[in-house]
Amino acid sequence: MSRPVIENLVWIAVALGVVGVYLSWTAGRLDRLHTRMDAARAALDAQLVRRASVVLEVATSGALDPASSLVLYEAAHAARQAEEEQREVAESELSQALRAVFADADQVEVLKAAPGGEAAAEELAAAVRRVPMARRFLNDAVRAARALRRHRKVRWFRLAGHAPFPLAFEMDDEPPVDLADRPA
Amino acid sequence: MKIGIVCPYSWDVPGGVQFHIRDLAEHLIRLGHEVSVLAPADDETPLPPYVVSAGRAVPVPYNGSVARLNFGFLSAARVRRWLHDGVFDVIHIHEPASPSLGLLSCWAAQGPIVATFHTSNPRSRAMIAAYPILQPALEKISARIAVSEYARRTLVEHLGGDAVVIPNGVDVDFFAKADPNPDWSGHTLGFIGRIDEPRKGLPVLMAAFPAIVEQCPDVRLLVAGRGDEEEAVASLPAELRSRVEFLGMVSDEDKARLLRSVDVYVAPNTGGESFGIILVEALSAGAAVLASDLDAFAQVLDQGAAGELFANEDAGSLATAAVALLRDPARRAELSARGSAHVRRFDWSTVGADILAVYETVTDGAAAVAADERIPLRTRLGFSRDG
Repeated sequence: MSRPVIENLVWIAVALGVVGVYLSWTAGRLDRLHTRMDAARAALDAQLVRRASVVLEVATSGALDPASSLVLYEAAHAARQAEEEQREVAESELSQALRAVFADADQVEVLKAAPGGEAAAEELAAAVRRVPMARRFLNDAVRAARALRRHRKVRWFRLAGHAPFPLAFEMDDEPPVDLADRPA
Repeated sequence: MKIGIVCPYSWDVPGGVQFHIRDLAEHLIRLGHEVSVLAPADDETPLPPYVVSAGRAVPVPYNGSVARLNFGFLSAARVRRWLHDGVFDVIHIHEPASPSLGLLSCWAAQGPIVATFHTSNPRSRAMIAAYPILQPALEKISARIAVSEYARRTLVEHLGGDAVVIPNGVDVDFFAKADPNPDWSGHTLGFIGRIDEPRKGLPVLMAAFPAIVEQCPDVRLLVAGRGDEEEAVASLPAELRSRVEFLGMVSDEDKARLLRSVDVYVAPNTGGESFGIILVEALSAGAAVLASDLDAFAQVLDQGAAGELFANEDAGSLATAAVALLRDPARRAELSARGSAHVRRFDWSTVGADILAVYETVTDGAAAVAADERIPLRTRLGFSRDG
């Protein structure tokens, strides 16, 4: 082969190499994003389960009046048993139930006055504050992963493999004001 | 928990971010956590035992002013060594988008990363151009914290995604329990901040001062902060200059006493504020606060419920509001009482618990922080995602 042909082949090889490294780096980025998303989803799941358990505890403790207890028990039970597709709705309903029951600042005081109520109120406050946190972190990861996955280089070279397209978790997670009194 | 905190600015230069990191680290250590802070510092600077030096910061022009930043191979190597030696459960990076230690740590680390965005610069061309460079580093951050709703809004606008709002912390009792100084009370207005930095707003206050003196003849103005005192009063009529007292740089103790003593604390800042820690300190000390109506200030002051607001850069509006406050002790007492209750949410006990909650949320089910090693090529090419 003549020299110009070899030279051209070398250049093509170099170009392919550069593209390969770039794609490999992008795949690494994507992989990291998927890991981050999985961790964030697990963290949100843990916070939601934790919130439902604390609510169940409060509801069955007898510290609140029977009507409020029943409303909370029902909502927390439904949230815990919900199938994946119904979960966003069930968890939102639990948030609404909590807001309805603790709409009155006195209700928080009633809970705190019961034996062991101080600790329960604190746990409940921590749980209702952490759910929105965990959800924001998950949706932030989802947004970043989606932005990268929509990119041409990722679609053309199928860098995402068979990983499912990331879905955000949408729910009403507004905590009761008197329970978690601080800026959002 | 083993926590690594990255400070982007020189430890030996006083500044809001540095103080915030110092207080956060000390708060976490008191709670029994293991904390290591990586910060730029001169080799001769005495450092607290929990601070690790990342070398000297180099002054370079950046973003319209001269900033002291850390970059280059040496800094990157120190970041890697710190990450490797620390084996942290979580690292907390401050200002991850500044071209300094924050960004370097973002590049070098993997695992649970928490980041706090302090500033809220308006969208700049540099930011747009830098977006493709920043994005791969910033997308490693598992949890973003903004220091105010305003900072969160600008962050979301610039970089997309979302963040939780956790305000900066203040040791409320330190200010609430300071002894008032009788020399500094009785018809006094207070101002704390750089005198020669127009954004801190002293010129606006100076412009309003003659009108205030006209209505309240025995008023005095106490100014604490660095800068040229002659130049600051140059715009005032000569007979009023004696009513302005300069205290120079004050210690933390004196700052607390000053805030406890003055009748009204004035914050005439004209912009560039994303939080307003000084307002929180003034509220902690029980001072009646009068501030410009910047977004960040309005939020700290609960939209005017915990302190009076005036139209930004409007000396007339400032003078009217200041005179009304000086003449109405009942209103001042009311603001002070409401401010003291409102400010509890900025106390370290509350803010620290929220930050720890973020750490716990991101470390749930995640591995520890490690240096970002290169992944084998075959794995990287995506053949093993579902494997």
